[in-house]
Amino acid sequence: MIPAAFDYHRPRTLDEAVKLLSSHGDEAKVLSGGMSLLPMLKLRLASYEHLVDIGRIPGLDYIKEEKGTLRIGAMTRQAALERSDLIRSKFPILADAVALIADPLVRNRGTIGGNVANGDPGNDQPAIMLALGATLVARGPKGERSIAANKFYKGLYETALARNEILTEIRIPVPPARSGGAYAKLKRKTGDFAVAAAAVQLTLDAKGAIERVAIGLTNAALTPVEASDAAKFLTGKTPDDKTIVEASKMAAVKSSPSADRRGSVEYKKEMARVLTERALRKALQRAGGK
Amino acid sequence: MAKHKISVTINGAVREAEVEARLLLVHLIREDFRMTGTHVGCDTSHCGACTVHLDGQPVKSCTVLAVQADGAKITTVEGLEQGGKLHPVQEGFYEKHGLQCGFCTPGMLMTTSALLERNKNPTELEIRQAISGNLCRCTGYVNIIKAVQYAAEKMR
Repeated sequence: MIPAAFDYHRPRTLDEAVKLLSSHGDEAKVLSGGMSLLPMLKLRLASYEHLVDIGRIPGLDYIKEEKGTLRIGAMTRQAALERSDLIRSKFPILADAVALIADPLVRNRGTIGGNVANGDPGNDQPAIMLALGATLVARGPKGERSIAANKFYKGLYETALARNEILTEIRIPVPPARSGGAYAKLKRKTGDFAVAAAAVQLTLDAKGAIERVAIGLTNAALTPVEASDAAKFLTGKTPDDKTIVEASKMAAVKSSPSADRRGSVEYKKEMARVLTERALRKALQRAGGK
Repeated sequence: MAKHKISVTINGAVREAEVEARLLLVHLIREDFRMTGTHVGCDTSHCGACTVHLDGQPVKSCTVLAVQADGAKITTVEGLEQGGKLHPVQEGFYEKHGLQCGFCTPGMLMTTSALLERNKNPTELEIRQAISGNLCRCTGYVNIIKAVQYAAEKMR
């Protein structure tokens, strides 16, 4: 399969890339790792007159902790996250997820920026951005702006990014002590998208009650879903079996999946419940609770 | 649509080509360079038959544009053998019967040779995880695992 013809641009700077996007409008698309875009172009599910390859722009590939914030450059490959000690030690929720994204060869090319900015509800990292309370940094013609992850996803392949804006960095607050996170995902086989998946990040107070929690669901609707009712219900409570089961039910109610070859609506909602429960239990365990 | 002049180092040799932007790396290798060891299987980045090393990393060349590889160092299955001597993974696949029809083999060899570059002593689980993006419909993977273990021992 060959994509429809397009013009290829390889800007050397972000400003140059933004200019190209500005001048070509809807006809242009950012190319990052290409692991979602190139299959779409090959299958002719999408076509663009211009691809703007940001892969050679220096300074977009890093994972670092600075002043209590984890900063990840948008061009950081999934394989780099997978091998990062910082991610493994402080962000197990991301480590859980990365190992389950596509397959190792795809992870050598695919980037976190592409996963987050693509706007496909099947991508795993958007739900994690919601759970971690991430800030997404974008560069456009007027400079840089920050967008909260929970204001980023607007619809199927629609995000808060304007056509001439590029996601450049992901900022995640380093969780305080007594925090834990987990990502639980059900997929039929390696390389498949999730039937359902849940991202949970929480912090306990000194007495073991839940001080902060956020829950994100993957492939549960046209956008990643934040299960805020369940989070509100859990906040302030000392988690026991009953609370966890109840919160998981509340999260599943927020999912509105569609039936496809991965399963019926009922099945997917049930899996959203089960996976939320698993992620909650694991996050609690990692936070040092029970 | 403008054509692009690109230059890559493939199996140690510098090669230049003038390509359309939409040309896939696997087609550059097979059709422009006439190296047909790299296979096209599913053509949808699932099966891994088209795996090559791009700057040392195994990637699916059906899902990389040739222009993206401009300036890169590429190794294909033809580049594994050195001075008439098979790479240990090639020897392992031969000795342990790691193939039947052979279609997936070039991709398997590229993925597993890259694995052994960064992990000299992989566990069975690590080998299985490493080849989880390479599909084999003949062997049931058992002899592929044995072949990689054979190669790992040989390389230590």
